[in-house]
Amino acid sequence: MEESKVPQDNIVTYANNRKAMYATDNSGHYNVVASSGWEVEEEATMQAVHELDRLASEAYQRVLQGEKSALYFHMYNCRMDLQVLSESTGLFKWRIKRHFRPSVFHNLPENILKRYESALGISPEELCKLPKRGKKNG
Amino acid sequence: MDRQKQVTFQHNHFAHCESGVMSLMMSHHGLPLSEAMVFGLSGALMFAYIPFVKLGGMPLIAYRSRPKSIIKGLQKNLGIRMQMHTFKKPAKGMSALDKLLEKGKIIGAQSSVFWLPYFPPEMRFHFNAHNLIIYGKNEEQYLISDPVFETTKLCAAKDLEKARFVKGMMAPKGLLYYPSHIPEHIDYKKIIPKVIRRNAKAMLKTPVPIAGIRGIRALAKSIGKLDRKDPRWAKLFLGHIVRMQEEIGTGGAGFRFIYASFLQEAGSILNNQDLEKASRQMTAVGDQWREFALLAVTAIRRRKGKSIDFTVIRDKLNSVANAEAGVYKELLQIKPA
Repeated sequence: MEESKVPQDNIVTYANNRKAMYATDNSGHYNVVASSGWEVEEEATMQAVHELDRLASEAYQRVLQGEKSALYFHMYNCRMDLQVLSESTGLFKWRIKRHFRPSVFHNLPENILKRYESALGISPEELCKLPKRGKKNG
Repeated sequence: MDRQKQVTFQHNHFAHCESGVMSLMMSHHGLPLSEAMVFGLSGALMFAYIPFVKLGGMPLIAYRSRPKSIIKGLQKNLGIRMQMHTFKKPAKGMSALDKLLEKGKIIGAQSSVFWLPYFPPEMRFHFNAHNLIIYGKNEEQYLISDPVFETTKLCAAKDLEKARFVKGMMAPKGLLYYPSHIPEHIDYKKIIPKVIRRNAKAMLKTPVPIAGIRGIRALAKSIGKLDRKDPRWAKLFLGHIVRMQEEIGTGGAGFRFIYASFLQEAGSILNNQDLEKASRQMTAVGDQWREFALLAVTAIRRRKGKSIDFTVIRDKLNSVANAEAGVYKELLQIKPA
């Protein structure tokens, strides 16, 4: 890539940061050039972010309707899925799935709740309820 | 708490975390090595498409070899020795870090991107193999040199602890590292051709159909079959490929431009015209990778109902594979100077 072709699209996902790109100058010599982003990258990143947001708001609705426990929402709100939550708590997937049932979740012992709190980085009060709509963490 | 020592240390902006950290660290210890040289000499250029390993529900796609392979490859190829420590208990890992900082060392650390507060929110995903340098501490904040950022950063102790001790895939386990031995003389004329040939061979002659050039072709084949999948998943898959190629600090085109820069630098060290030619060819391959990314994202943009012609994207990727294979075939012929 030539220096003049290094994209400077000021993409939102960089939040005013710049990334180092490798590009050639007029004489074909490689240099590091700071780039404010490429639209193509922005679209790919935003697609992933939107997908995570969509999963979180779907989960929010299901918790609101009493179908699932608050844990289900917090998992998606923390940009995790069952696999990541399972790995970061050390709990089996089937156990976590069981904890998605509101009746089971309400009776969980302190030590299990602690594992969820530390994996999700939230306080005990936050873990047990839904945040007000529109509020996002991370 | 005592105010701790902060060493004089020059931060620099690089494309990739692991090669950037190693370049900063080697230069700090008197062995000036550019990021491109670190990357090339470690032989970390790769391609892998592993459909049965899922990251966030998506198959693993990598444009370089596995995390830590840059550190390990550099040790092996240059004769550098690194001290590496992991910890079971976070408290121990944090106090070990403080002790090393007191000795005036700069320390490489592995961490999770998601839990580092200085990352922009849109960039925070659960990726646990991010590398950075810690070069000091004031009160409760650590001084961080993260090579993928333009300037140095601060990070509160509790956030750094969280980022260093997340559990899960590629868990950092508080990994800290620093060099314990750096050779005084490095025989580049001997090492460079060897490393280049070995890397080219790894790309061309993999025994498994999911790595190297065969991996690229396997990915192309999967893209060709996307019309049978759920359209939304198909679009997410295409986006995922582009993110692995461009978003995660690769210097553009999934490390191909960094490698071209390495070939150029190697060419001038060895005074070898063939390497300079190979560098130009690799640049052209990188440009093709970027065209492929553009095609993929254009397909994502398509509105619902309109079908995507996956065969065009597949064919583009196959032609990238052919061009890249061509460069490696020439690199196999490189002779020691």
